[in-house]
Amino acid sequence: MQLSKPVLQAENLRKVYAGRPAVDGISFFVSSGEIVGLVGPNGAGKTTTISMILGVLAPDAGSIHIGGLDLAHNRAAALSRTNFAAVYAPLPGNLTVQENLRVFGMLYATPNLSARIDEAIAEFDLERFRRTRCGVLSSGEQTRVSLAKAMLNEPALLLLDEPTASLDPSTARDIRARIRAFAAKGRGGVLWTSHNMPEVESMCDRLLFLSQGRILLEGDPKSLAARNGHASLEDLFVAVANA
Amino acid sequence: MKLVRAQAVALRQFYLMKGSPVRILPLFAWVLLDILLWGFITKYLNSFAASGFSFVPGLVGAVLLWDFLTRAMHGLAVGFLEDVWSRNFLNIFASPLSISEYLCGLIATSVVTSCASLLAMLALAALAFGYSISILGLMAFPFVLVLFVFGVSLGIIASGLVLRLGPAGEWLVWPIPAVLAPFAGVFYPVSTLPAWMQPLSWALPPAWVFEGVRAIAAGKPVPLPDLAAATGLAAFWLLVACALFAWIFRVVVRTGLIARYSAETVN
Repeated sequence: MQLSKPVLQAENLRKVYAGRPAVDGISFFVSSGEIVGLVGPNGAGKTTTISMILGVLAPDAGSIHIGGLDLAHNRAAALSRTNFAAVYAPLPGNLTVQENLRVFGMLYATPNLSARIDEAIAEFDLERFRRTRCGVLSSGEQTRVSLAKAMLNEPALLLLDEPTASLDPSTARDIRARIRAFAAKGRGGVLWTSHNMPEVESMCDRLLFLSQGRILLEGDPKSLAARNGHASLEDLFVAVANA
Repeated sequence: MKLVRAQAVALRQFYLMKGSPVRILPLFAWVLLDILLWGFITKYLNSFAASGFSFVPGLVGAVLLWDFLTRAMHGLAVGFLEDVWSRNFLNIFASPLSISEYLCGLIATSVVTSCASLLAMLALAALAFGYSISILGLMAFPFVLVLFVFGVSLGIIASGLVLRLGPAGEWLVWPIPAVLAPFAGVFYPVSTLPAWMQPLSWALPPAWVFEGVRAIAAGKPVPLPDLAAATGLAAFWLLVACALFAWIFRVVVRTGLIARYSAETVN
């Protein structure tokens, strides 16, 4: 069910590598204020999908609209409404937290940048690391900096690729709270990939199960497992992965 | 095109240099060593020359201008390589930054770094060997500009190669000036070269610049046709370089190389 105007609309996305479809004609949307989980086994096509939405991978077929703007024809304007954080894309370790936030804030042409940097630093509890190079921060601290960068421009669409991977439970809980707070403001939607089933069940409003490049299942994470005859999302995940 | 995004690319390079003397040193160290080396060679050669003749304008001036071109190329390519070294492609190319904004930011960086190198070289060449670029008169500015434009064009082409071939392509970047130097006629007239090399030389803007420099140093009239050819060729190569980089970017986005440039290094 589409609650409000979608911030992301993907239609019939397809990407083929060496004759094998990595993403095979998937369509989905993310609405403002909504957290949508994109889950599936390794190689299911999650990162390929995220890469296409980020504009760093061109789909072979299909279209992506971000905030109503066609990514293929209006790349800069569409991408200015997004931002992302991924465990495999840390910010340059040779710049300080503040320097990274300033550079990326400028890349996203963020208005009132100095004030936004101060707000993001306060929101993610980074004040004591403001002048610390990102490369010497712990995994959890680097994730907080990546999320501060990802929310700096108050994106309409926030893409998070396993944002809590490799974090300790306490830090992961803290990160989840901040992402939930972002979505609760209702100004942007979140597309979230994770392998942590209890996490997606507690965080996501809607779940897309991806396998072999296709969306096999979609629905409310709290009822999806039962509706498909499984005791938990983890059981459902295993069943989908082995299908 | 948003100027603020190009400024962000240049600001990142400024931040890197501000916090790292290791990045500042190469701007000056190698070019100054080159000036010293060629300055002493020139002094030695002068001892054999006819009275009143000096190799300084021809040799020290040529080395200085060629090193400036090299610095212009490296200034751009190193800015690009900083994104390779820090695995930053995904962050920057998933942003609204356009290729033209990215290249403008890198060119701005190269302006600052190559001009700093040039000023240091001019100071050393003047103090140690009595060389003054003012012997080129008003032609000094357009000649330097042509060499800068061709230098950044080479930097853009080299960056495109690394983007297409992956991080290992970096090893193709550094020798480019050395490969081109024999064709560019830095130290000798193009007519010295075998016939098969000469058409290649005349396709390179530096060949026209160095012919002009030698003409002025020999007291001949200012070679305006050489300047016109050099300027036209420099503009041509800049357009070719930008078009090539943009094409390579489209290829790597289509094939997924950018997405994997970062992600695969983690796995």
